[in-house]
Amino acid sequence: MFFQQLINGLSIGSIYALMAVGYSLIYSLLNFTNFAHSITVTIGAFCAFFVLAGLVQNLFVGIIIAVLAAGGLAMLIELLGYRPLLKKKARRIYLLITGLGISTMCENLIIISFSSRFRVYPVNFSNKSIHLFGASIGQVDLIIFVVCIAALILVELFIHKSRFGLAIRGASFDLDATAIMGVNVQKLILIVFLIAGSLAGLAGALLGAKYTAFPTLGTSMTNKAFISSVFGGLGSIPGAVLGAILLGIGETMISSYVSSSMRDIFAYALLVIILFVRPAGLLGKHTEDKA
Amino acid sequence: MNYWLGVATLTGIYMIAILGVSVLTGFTGLFSMGHAGFMAIGAYTSALVTKTFHVPILVGLICGMLAALLIGLLIGYPTLRLKGDYFVIATLGIGEVTKLIIENLPDLTGGARGMTDVPGGATFPMVLCFLIVTVWLLHNFIRSKHGRNCIAVREEELAAASIGTSVASYKLLAMGISCALCGISGALLAHYMHYLSPTMFSMIKSDELVMTVILGGCGSLTGTIIASMILVPLPEILRFGSVQEWRMVFYGLLVVLVIIFKPSGLMGTKELSISGIRSFFGHVKYKGKER
Repeated sequence: MFFQQLINGLSIGSIYALMAVGYSLIYSLLNFTNFAHSITVTIGAFCAFFVLAGLVQNLFVGIIIAVLAAGGLAMLIELLGYRPLLKKKARRIYLLITGLGISTMCENLIIISFSSRFRVYPVNFSNKSIHLFGASIGQVDLIIFVVCIAALILVELFIHKSRFGLAIRGASFDLDATAIMGVNVQKLILIVFLIAGSLAGLAGALLGAKYTAFPTLGTSMTNKAFISSVFGGLGSIPGAVLGAILLGIGETMISSYVSSSMRDIFAYALLVIILFVRPAGLLGKHTEDKA
Repeated sequence: MNYWLGVATLTGIYMIAILGVSVLTGFTGLFSMGHAGFMAIGAYTSALVTKTFHVPILVGLICGMLAALLIGLLIGYPTLRLKGDYFVIATLGIGEVTKLIIENLPDLTGGARGMTDVPGGATFPMVLCFLIVTVWLLHNFIRSKHGRNCIAVREEELAAASIGTSVASYKLLAMGISCALCGISGALLAHYMHYLSPTMFSMIKSDELVMTVILGGCGSLTGTIIASMILVPLPEILRFGSVQEWRMVFYGLLVVLVIIFKPSGLMGTKELSISGIRSFFGHVKYKGKER
């Protein structure tokens, strides 16, 4: 039972991690929370659904297309929504509000165009379970966990081994100084949005496969991802992953051993407590350094 | 006639909350994603007090206001001292926690099904009185030394601090005022509707409050009033299908466009006054003569 819940927690936690890394990447570079992140998750889930329902009955292709679409959407949001503001050196609060406006607008557009119905993927991961150490573990959970970890390792390698990654790491220390060193900052920001959006798209497609696709999927799930990135430390990528995994495990344990209605209260209570006790999060830098 | 009186009453009730958010976001530059939570605190406190102790609703209103004020200050005190997005995150957490607690205490609050038989008594004249008093008080506050200090904090925190303004305490003051007003507004809503449910105070409502302030103009009371007079009754004026969704699309799009092209909002930081209008028309006349 415990082992089974642990795998459940790891699976949902790793999806949170995909989304939380997106928050952290953008926060570390631009020092603001991207509230339009949720919409890329929803688009990921819906894209995968429509590919599976209309084009090809192949989950792999569906997820790839969802990742591409969500990455493209994130780049579009940066170009149309954030870039004019960044060029004007607008205050960060304006960036927050723009993100909120974009997510409100897109979420309702999705409700209008696709109705708020729940949609089950016509093709899905096998729902068989494997017996391991006396517990039956869903294959879905295992596959999701492995896919997420692979994606996270890929991003980590990209950031630590490639030249773009070097630029991103530099920019997270000081954006202006990086620009002086000859890095095309605008392009860099666009690439960071592409990475964050692609991860969000993958998360959306996996969430759609695990549960269903519906218009408010992004908002409800990215709130959790947001909590985990705060819990781990805003702007810290390892922190975001750690926070997300811990939140995922905590949530599944609470809902299986206490009650499922306490799950969300636990998540938000964790958020409020961490803000009071250690606002920089588990692995975050001190707030004075980054802000 | 009765119907439009109802629309006017509701507009007045929401306008009190929006004016509260205006003090926080518009004048002090703090962004909140959970002020509907404070409305909920005011509403449920007032409803419970009047229902259990059978006291006049005025007592309930005051209790609701004090409860929202107290919780607002409790949240504000630790988080307003931090830099970065931590205050936004805390308000988001509080808004959601409030809603979840209400949903999970069915014996006290009726849970997700809502609370019925709330004593009535909030009428249009009463709401109008509250609204006029609020506007009058806020008008005086903004022109006072404290109000100007709040604006200084919004414009340039560092400069305000360096001339000896206590930034944290002015942020806390603005937080207190906005929470108290949201509390009153929620309580009036409870006594007007005779019915409460957690969905009335969702995150979408919080976003709406902030967006209305942004559209009206950050730093203008008249801008806030005009924007709420247009935007709150809009779904009643335009009665067509799925109006709620379209309204939110419209809100989102408008907010993004306003932030990018005219960040000061409808009225900017200007106030509409009788002498101002007179001098404006005088100016026009003068110009005409010149030609």
